[in-house]
Amino acid sequence: MKLTGAQALIKSLEMQGVEVIFGMPGGAILPVYDPIIDSPIRHILVRHEQGAGHAAEGYAQVTGRPGVLMVTSGPAATNVVTPLADAYMDSVPLVCITGQVGTQSIGTDAFQEADTTGITMSITKHNWLVTDASQIPTVVAQAFHVATTGRPGPVLIDIPKDVSNGTMEWYWPEDPAAGLPGYRPTLRGHPRMVREAARLIGEAERPVIYAGGGILKARASAALARLVELTGIPVVTTLMARGAFPDDHPLCLGMPGMHGNFTAITALQKSDLLIALGARFDDRVTGRIDAFAPDAKVIHVDVDPAELGKVRQPDVPIVGDCRLVIEDLAEVIESERVRSAESGRQAPDLGPWMAQVRQWQERYPLRYDQPEQGVLKPQFVIERLRDATPDDTIVVSGVGQHQMWASQYWKFNHPNTWVNSGGLGTMGFAVPAAIGAKVGQPGRTVWAIDGDGCFQMTAQELVTAASERIPIKVAILNNAYLGMVRQWQEMFYDQRYSEVYLSPDLPDYVKWAEAMGCVALRVESPEEVDPAIDKASNVDDRPVVIEFRTDATEMVYPMVPAGASNDDVVVGPAQGEGGH
Amino acid sequence: MAPSSRHRLLSVLVENRSGVLARVAGLFSRRGYNIYSLAVAPTDDERFSRITVVVDVESAPLEQIVKQLHKLVNVLKIVELDPYAAVERELMMATVSADPDKRGQVIELVEVFGGSILDVGVDQLTVCLAEEPSRLDDFEELVRPYGIVSIQRSGQLALPKLDRRARLRSVAQRTA
Ligand SMILES: Cc1ncc(C[n+]2csc(CCOP(=O)(O)OP(=O)(O)O)c2C)c(N)n1
Ligand SMILES: [Mg+2]
Repeated sequence: MKLTGAQALIKSLEMQGVEVIFGMPGGAILPVYDPIIDSPIRHILVRHEQGAGHAAEGYAQVTGRPGVLMVTSGPAATNVVTPLADAYMDSVPLVCITGQVGTQSIGTDAFQEADTTGITMSITKHNWLVTDASQIPTVVAQAFHVATTGRPGPVLIDIPKDVSNGTMEWYWPEDPAAGLPGYRPTLRGHPRMVREAARLIGEAERPVIYAGGGILKARASAALARLVELTGIPVVTTLMARGAFPDDHPLCLGMPGMHGNFTAITALQKSDLLIALGARFDDRVTGRIDAFAPDAKVIHVDVDPAELGKVRQPDVPIVGDCRLVIEDLAEVIESERVRSAESGRQAPDLGPWMAQVRQWQERYPLRYDQPEQGVLKPQFVIERLRDATPDDTIVVSGVGQHQMWASQYWKFNHPNTWVNSGGLGTMGFAVPAAIGAKVGQPGRTVWAIDGDGCFQMTAQELVTAASERIPIKVAILNNAYLGMVRQWQEMFYDQRYSEVYLSPDLPDYVKWAEAMGCVALRVESPEEVDPAIDKASNVDDRPVVIEFRTDATEMVYPMVPAGASNDDVVVGPAQGEGGH
Repeated sequence: MAPSSRHRLLSVLVENRSGVLARVAGLFSRRGYNIYSLAVAPTDDERFSRITVVVDVESAPLEQIVKQLHKLVNVLKIVELDPYAAVERELMMATVSADPDKRGQVIELVEVFGGSILDVGVDQLTVCLAEEPSRLDDFEELVRPYGIVSIQRSGQLALPKLDRRARLRSVAQRTA
């Protein structure tokens, strides 16, 4: 069967089971947009290519399947640089298809030419410049294979216009890995290392499981729950792992790190054994690295060998898929148990450690003061929203204070219900990512919790949502400031506020949202919160935006100042007695 | 200059495709690793190329460099070559001032180092040596007084030393 390159591309995507593409057409990708008309694949036309990228990320994060985006060459390709970098940082599987000028024009500064593979080399797991139509099925199969296996990540396929216009004899490769001799991720943990890990776990008196985003990527939540049941070891869930272990479990200590809660931060800090599972010792988690968990031995499990020893030298490094390794580990621990019971040996009692943990929890809970009347606290909004929505609601956030409050105050009881930009910290992530999440999980309620600053970066995608009938809900926590930056200027620059004021009224968020085809509401006081959420919950046929006017001076606590040790966590005025 | 104790020698087998060298070089610059020297050419199997790279391990731990390199999809194999367990060569071409009255001395030096004369001008010589990097340093020092016009070095190449014991054994077995 003879196909054009463009037809072969769309057919290859169909072979991969792609159900939706986020994108925008243009000159160099035009040939590929023709066969889309005849394909069962849904195409969602975004208003800015950055939105296509974040939407594909949101889709990928809630489904576990790769997100697909397609854009033209030059400016469109450069517009997707941010989401690709974002996906690379957070290990989100994406397949990005870009048009390119004809092969004869490459290198001539042709109209809308950009060195897309060069530009994206350091922010993709791999990329391909296709030079002949016959390569297309092979490259697509390889691209999906690379994006979704090992440590997932974004990949990019750059297709010159003459290649998509060219013809080829259709085929489908049997084994996508065949043409990738240098790519073979290790999935099974080394049995000796797994036994060694089990031994350390059996001896630890103050162990903590440090669960990272890799748990979600490996679909290892159930395996983790089993390990916790078996060992009684408490778990902290990083910003990328919120929901990987349920917040309502008594052994879940919540989020560690710069804006984590006191108990999670301190449990890591005082631990004698860190069991790091799919986590990467990010600076926002460790604080000053040489002061991080000084007494702890470290078991580090990651599918990416380069993470082991990158920041902290592990005592037991295990390269492998988190789910497989945790399952193996649980098995070894169980059989060790039997053997120890027979020989009368006893594992250390975790009682005193848990008593200490409970004491921290009691003394330093997350807290804020919402006066009955007057100014609205952002944390209050999030708590009301949390309590008024279904347990499996998907929460998508932007970047800033609102993101930290959302992560702190929401209760994430299911995997893949929290979608955010953790590693890159990309403002403008929330609205498009929420669209992608809703497309991936149409049966679930999807709330974006966004900042006023972030919202202004990508709000136009609400037009996409309205026209495509994707009924997401957006809560803007409008504090009239680039709040997170304001907080740093307040704390570290003597309250000299430089370029952080945005105004509460400009733009008029309600009018703006309405103009984009949304239902829009404004909330200014605590008593208006519940009715507005109620109203929003009842809208099912279009996006809803609620603008909450919140306290501009509220700060995120606890906080470990940048570069400080996690011992020096500042719990803030409303939280607990002591602290610093 | 020859590498020093802060340098390590890696032999990296990669797919012979366009852009692979850019990926390797890009990785080094992106992660802040320093390349001291680099040589690359296809192997006897034209599907693959071998990159021989001397890296500065003061800029980053060798283990990280190797692991990050391994993540490149086009990288097949990385071997660290221990200088004591490898044979190393580097090529040097140099144009040296040599008035007719000094020419003999320079030629003698080149011969001592096992090099060859590639070109002869009125008062200059272009010479070529393939030697261990430290021997090239020695040569450079010795010809400097005559006046170096230009020098070009290739970067180091290396292959693992062959296992002689194994070979002796197999010879012994054959004769037995
Ligand atoms: C694209 C981008 N530009 C700049 C920043 C730096 N930055 C981090 S948080 C923030 C303020 C965000 O403001 P807003 O969305 O209103 O959230 P708030 O902190 O007020 O909740 C800024 C400017 C960033 N993270 N991303
Ligand atoms: Mg704000």
